[in-house]
Amino acid sequence: MLRESDFYIRRLHSLLGIIPVGLFLVQHLVINHFATRGPDAFNAASDFMGNLPFVLFLEWFIIYIPLMLHAFYGVYISFTFKSNVKKYGTFRNWMFFWQRVTGVFLVVFIAWHIWETRIAKALGAEVNYDMMNDILSSPFMLAFYIAGVIAATFHLSNGLWGFLVTWGIAQSPRSQQIVGYITIGVFLILSVIGVQALLAFI
Amino acid sequence: MSEQNTAVQERTEQVTQKTVRFEILRQDTAESEPYWESFEIEYRPNMNVISGLMEIQRNPVNADGKETTPVSWEMVCLEEVCGACSMVINGRPRQSCTALVDQFEQPIKLEPMKTFPVVRDLVVDRNVMFDSLKKIKAWVPIDGTYDLGEGPRMPERKRQWAYELSKCMTCGVCLEACPNVNDQTNFIGPALISQVRLFNTHPTGAMNKDERLAALMSDGGIAECGNSQNCVVSCPKGIPLTTSIAAMNRATSVQMFKNFFGSDHMVD
Repeated sequence: MLRESDFYIRRLHSLLGIIPVGLFLVQHLVINHFATRGPDAFNAASDFMGNLPFVLFLEWFIIYIPLMLHAFYGVYISFTFKSNVKKYGTFRNWMFFWQRVTGVFLVVFIAWHIWETRIAKALGAEVNYDMMNDILSSPFMLAFYIAGVIAATFHLSNGLWGFLVTWGIAQSPRSQQIVGYITIGVFLILSVIGVQALLAFI
Repeated sequence: MSEQNTAVQERTEQVTQKTVRFEILRQDTAESEPYWESFEIEYRPNMNVISGLMEIQRNPVNADGKETTPVSWEMVCLEEVCGACSMVINGRPRQSCTALVDQFEQPIKLEPMKTFPVVRDLVVDRNVMFDSLKKIKAWVPIDGTYDLGEGPRMPERKRQWAYELSKCMTCGVCLEACPNVNDQTNFIGPALISQVRLFNTHPTGAMNKDERLAALMSDGGIAECGNSQNCVVSCPKGIPLTTSIAAMNRATSVQMFKNFFGSDHMVD
């Protein structure tokens, strides 16, 4: 039954990665960037986002449910391939490989990140500049967060390429190549935004 | 010192005699364990992997000088149009008839394409591909209860690129190269997706195009593709497989909406 509807689940998986999960990631990184303007600017932005009307509804339907569907089906996909990057060391085959590796890593990273921030908030902690400052004061956690942010921006950028091919928007080799260059640009820009914000918390 | 001398002497002898060393992954029956066996045969100019295998068949003695069973493999056309002699040579799948010994590093390692069930030695059973061809209806139906006459004309420029797709010989190399064709998925493989595009491009074939797309949208169909794009790199016929896959991705995207909302344009 699941196998027969594989086509639809895969298309849903591809769509959810961009809308809403990918869009949420971009928004998240942009809001984080307020940290570069100082603790007060970040606290104001974080306060605004955390107190949006219908915030629980928004969180569940724009973040948690789509993210979980994308993540859990993604883990299944990640365990049904047989890597052969040693035999075929092409750029695309490496991207295919890293898309799966970063995906599995992100499940771990995001689970930890949600535990440390959103669930901590539900248990009474306050999400603000000091909280992140505290977390990122450990060099290990800083490295873990930088790896997490770069894995996320890579997974989104390369996933955007995959989305455009999977839905048949980029068809010819040339269009796929141009989309490839654009997504490399997206990766670099989002990575700079994300890492700059992280370093602003130290 | 003397040992080193012997080694040097042996090497010069080898160079002067010029031999070719094959390492072959052998398997006696479909169920038995595979094992490596080496063969050393005399070099002849312009020899290909198949002429090496023929030499081993003529004199089945392995590199240790022990008599063994001749190595089994398949071959038909010997000009890279049938696909029967496909095997993994030095790690990459290809046809052994066009694999010239001079182009390879020695020892030349031969393995069966293990994506398919191994029958014996280098012989594999590629029937799964032919079953998939039936599943995707890779033909143009022309039977009617009366003479249907000529079909619609095909534009010449369309015929030109469709001809490239028709060069597929169902050899299985792209399935072997694909990381998503394995025992954990039912993926039919890149070649089959390209065949749907070929038959859906044919003006008469297009009259049933929704049926072929439905096959691509079922278990093991196009959704299993992960865009590693190894297929287009490995295809011995240079078929633009990834372009075909992307084209069928678009066609199935459109078909998905037609199926859901209903449409009078199922075959146009």
